[in-house]
Order: sequence, then C-alpha cells, then structure tokens
Amino acid sequence: MNVHEYQGKEILRKYGVATPRGIACFSVDEAVTAAETLGGKVWVVKAQIHAGGRGKGGGVKVAKSIDEVRKYSADILGMTLITHQTGPEGRLVKRLLIEEGADINKELYVGMVVDRASQRVTLMASSEGGMDIEHVAEHTPEKIHKYSVDPKVGLTNAQAEEAARKIGIPDVAVAQGAAFMQSLYKAFDECDCSLAEINPLIVTGDNKVLALDAKLNFDSNALYRHPEIVAMRDLDEEDPAEVEASKFDLTYISLDGNIGCLVNGAGLAMATMDVIKLYGGSPANFLDVGGGATTEKVTEAFKIMLKNPNLKAILVNIFGGIMKCDVIANGVIAAAREVKLAVPLVVRMKGTNEDLGKQILKDSGLPIISANNMAEAAERVVAAAAGHQNVGHQA
Amino acid sequence: MSILINKNTRVITQGITGKTGMFHTKMGKEYANGANCYVAGVTPKKGGQSYEGIPIFDTVAEAKEKTGANASVIYVPPPFAAAAIDEAVDAGIELVICITEGIPVRDMIRTRERMQGTGTILIGPNCPGVITPDEIKIGIMPGHIHKKGRIGVVSRSGTLTYEAVGQLMDLGLGQSTCVGIGGDPVSGLKHIDVMKLFNDDPDTDAVIMVGEIGGDAEEACARWIKDNMKKPVIGFIAGVTAPPGKRMGHAGAIISGGKGTAQEKLAVMEECGIKVTKNPAKMGELLKSVL
Repeated sequence: MNVHEYQGKEILRKYGVATPRGIACFSVDEAVTAAETLGGKVWVVKAQIHAGGRGKGGGVKVAKSIDEVRKYSADILGMTLITHQTGPEGRLVKRLLIEEGADINKELYVGMVVDRASQRVTLMASSEGGMDIEHVAEHTPEKIHKYSVDPKVGLTNAQAEEAARKIGIPDVAVAQGAAFMQSLYKAFDECDCSLAEINPLIVTGDNKVLALDAKLNFDSNALYRHPEIVAMRDLDEEDPAEVEASKFDLTYISLDGNIGCLVNGAGLAMATMDVIKLYGGSPANFLDVGGGATTEKVTEAFKIMLKNPNLKAILVNIFGGIMKCDVIANGVIAAAREVKLAVPLVVRMKGTNEDLGKQILKDSGLPIISANNMAEAAERVVAAAAGHQNVGHQA
Repeated sequence: MSILINKNTRVITQGITGKTGMFHTKMGKEYANGANCYVAGVTPKKGGQSYEGIPIFDTVAEAKEKTGANASVIYVPPPFAAAAIDEAVDAGIELVICITEGIPVRDMIRTRERMQGTGTILIGPNCPGVITPDEIKIGIMPGHIHKKGRIGVVSRSGTLTYEAVGQLMDLGLGQSTCVGIGGDPVSGLKHIDVMKLFNDDPDTDAVIMVGEIGGDAEEACARWIKDNMKKPVIGFIAGVTAPPGKRMGHAGAIISGGKGTAQEKLAVMEECGIKVTKNPAKMGELLKSVL
C-alpha cells in the first residue's frame, strides 16, 4: 500500500525524522490559510498524487507571496498531472501540500528496502539526491553506499555516521544526519514498510538535515496491525477494477491488451499471459482467483473483466488440484449465464476430475471453446479475439 | 532416493486443528506412506486431543520428544506463523515447511536471523510444499498428478509447478522430488540450495527449474549450475509480459528498478548453459529433449 507524501511525512515526524513544516489542503482557500498559518516568505505548493516526477510535470511550484500561493494552488488543484510514473493518461490532482520553503545547500538521497539477497533491510545512501536514483545506480553505482541492517540491533550509530560522511553531510551535521537515518530505520521497521525513499534529503544553509520529499510503501501482509496506516489509503489513487477485485479476494491487475485471463495461482497466471503474447495476442489483465475459486468468485471475476471495453475474448486456465475441475466448470457456466457472456470464452482445465469438468462444459450448451493444453488454449483465444470463426472445436 | 523427504520422514502438523491444517493432514495421511509419516499435530492448549488418530500436543518440543518427528509443516495463520517457525527451530526440527501465505516480511526477517547457525532447513513460506511421489506428500499439492520417477522440479509458484508436473506425466516422466520454494522475498531454501541437493541425488537425472520475475535468485542458481551441475537443467521464467512496478500476486513477483525481468533471467540462464523456453506449454518437451 502507498500513501501520499504529506502522510508519509506525518508518520516519519512521529519517529523524529526532521521534515519542513507543512499542511495538507483540499482547496485553494485552505492552501492560502495554510500558507498564512505557516508564516514566512516562501512556500512550496506540491501536488499530492501517488507517483514520482511531480516537479517535472508541473506539479510543484515555489511561491514567493500569498498571491502566488493562491495562483499556483488554483493551477495545480484539478490539473491532470502526467509524469513518467502516471502513464500517458496522467492523474487528477485532488490534494495539495503547502510547505515552508527551505534554503537548500545540498541535495542527497537516502532509501531503504528489503533486500532479498541478504534477507535483511538495506540502507542505500548517495550524494546524488534530487535525481532519478535508478539512473545513478546504472551509471555511477559507486556513488550509492549500502548498509545491511542487523534486525537484532537496528541501524548502528557507526553505520549511520559512516553513511552520513560518505554522502557529504558536513561534519557539523553528521550526528544529526546519523540520527535522521536511525529514526528512518525505526519508522521503516515499526511501520512494516517495504520501501522508504527520501529524495532529496537536504542539508540547509544553516546545516539542518531535512526530508524534503518522502515516499513510503507498506507491506500489505502487515496492514492488519496498522489500522492508522490503513486509514490513510486513498482509493482515488488506485485502479477501480483492482479495488473491486480485492473485495472478493481476487488479485486483478489491468493491462492494455484485449484478452481477459482467469487463472488459479500467480505463477500460472503470469505464464498464461506470456503464452498469449507468444501466440500473438495481448492480455487484458492478470487475474489470480486463488486456491478456493468458488462460483461466486468466478462470477465476480467475469464481471470485473467484462467492464473492460477493450475485452474481445476470455481465457480460463485452471490447474485443478485441491480445487476440482467439475466445480470450476459449474462456476464458469453459472458465471457465463449470469453475466450473459457475449465474447468468446476458451476454457482449459487440467487436473482433478478433468474429464468430468469437460463433460459439464459440453453439456451446458454454451458456446465454450475447449482446449487441451496451454498452447492450444492460447492459439484458440488469440484467434477468437481476432474475430476468426471456427477457431476450435466447441465443447 | 529423493531429496529432503522420503517414506521415513516423520511429520508434525503445526496448526492441525485449523480448517486447512486438518484437510491437508488428512490428504497427506492418505497419500502413499502417509499413515506412517504423519505422527503428530500441534495446537497450543489442545494437547491430549487427537485428529484422525494423530495425537495432538501443546508444543513442538513435546511432539518431537514423544513421536521422534524430524519434520514439521505449518498451516498456522499469518500473524502467528513466524513464531511457529521459531518454535520448530528451537525444538531442533530438521526440516520446516511453511505453507502459510501472507506472513509480514518484518516477521520473516527476524525469523531468518534467528535461524542462523541452527541446523534447521526452512522451505517457504507461501509455498505448496514438497512431494516425493509414491512415498510422502507434505503440503497442498494434488498427490495423484505425480508418480515416482527421476526428474526433479523446483519452482517458486504452486499451480505452475503442477503444470510442469502435468507436462512431464503426459510424456511418461515421473519425478524424484518436487519442491515449491514459495514466492516471498524473505524465505528459506532458494533455487540454488535445492539444485545442490538434486545434483547430489543419485536418483535424479535432470531438473526443471521454474522461476518468475523479481529478485535475482534464478541468476545466482544459473551461475552455480554453470560451474557445478552434473545433470541437465531446463528452465522457464514466468512474467515476460509483466509490466514493471506491478506486483503480480506473489509478494516477490515484481520488477523494480529495472531489475528482475524475465528477459534478464532467461539471458543469464542461457549464458550458463541452461536450455530455456519462453513457452510454458513446452517445459515437459524441452526436458525430454535433454535426457
């Protein structure tokens, strides 16, 4: 789960991570009041969406008067912000963060992730802040310093101070920089983060270390113990189809093709998308119905796929293990009837009670195209999506 | 022979009184030598009861002491599953297979750290388990789709493992052992660890390695294979079509920072002399071609 920058900063402040003062706003009037409350002479008006690259897209402006705060807030609120992370359709800005201006002397980078190789949290720190860290990693990897954190003791003083020095935090601010990183680790650990990125981390003219931006992602498996973080979820930032699917315990991800896929198991679901592509088609979605695919779940899955206007055909690929093929077949038939399915449906079932399942599909009288293996299924669904008749034996 | 488990393995089910634990213990007990293999269950405060003739104990230590069990399988709900692994490790269980899906990564980081220096082998979490066909099944895979043979299978996903097994069976090829290592970022055995075991197993002739996007465990395994493996290995990586930044179901299945793509993994595997296919329908045929 992701949160907005202002929410991430709220969380970090609780752990003692220093940030500029700021106030979240939902209207221009609120933004003006926020700037007046904060005081000072310079403010930053920042669009709040769940995507990076906001500055380049025109979503971050420095205002030098209250009039400018009003103007920029009016410009940004309601704009469709397009960045390299939003896709070409962009994202509608509904929230702003009004922050006090900061006197930036240095822009640095600090990030934390769970590293699969070491099976621990890794701190990454770099002198190259304010830019795309993936670019730094690719072109000047020596400028990224990594520290593996022992979960028994946390990020040590020695590690944090060394990191602070290596990225160029001035001597007078090293202790502050180290404390910043240790607080960040504490927040990461206690809040069950999967990613924390401070880009940039700044050193001000008077040698203060501050988080100018903050990106936090949380481990969805751990949200049950963080109701305060769940309350920060902004459904406007998520794909409605994915949100709807999650209500039924289905894992759905929208893609840009035209062949809907309904599969049990994440690995097989990915492999099904791959085989469709290999036979010249293009998947409209990833959809894992999980281990306990009931008739209700299959029906909901069909409904969600059918909301996609690009959908031209559906492929159901089930490897029946504990889940029996006859149960799946009945679910597919009930779903197809309930939603009055108008696009071609290809079904491939393998495993427990396979023959019984195929017989049930055949006896249903529905125009279901049956396939015996994944290759045949892909070939038939690709042909069906392209509008070819007689793409295979109807079950 | 086989790897990790055989008909002499003695298993404790942790979480035996839950719905999933009960169902799969029954299925395991009914499979091949299962009636002799499943010797104990553990659920706190339910010691003294029994299920399907299997005695239930309060703790893993007690279950091990009373029954001589050397393996455990965990169906404990996610908030308590890492602690269940810890308990099995502390009791000195040799092999722990954790089926539970959805364990917080933070819990697993601590559990893995705690395991350092102990003799326990962990498989999973979030995995289908391990089967040595016609001997023993520990996990949630359908037993009847397998038969004894000489092909090893190691995979990060569940149903895709069954798919590989199904294709082998269509060609008349049985399996020595099939290991589902799970898709979580912090977990027990990796591809490379299982590959080493298959390399040393006299009854495994060749191995199917099924991977997916995310991380670099497949690459590490491929490099080891290049220098050490004495048997043919074929590979498939799921997720060629997965877009970057989107988590594909498994907690670990995500391309991030341009790393962990299927293309990259396939390229490294090929460089290391592993025959790979981009067609998941052809895993069985490819394996047969290298025998």
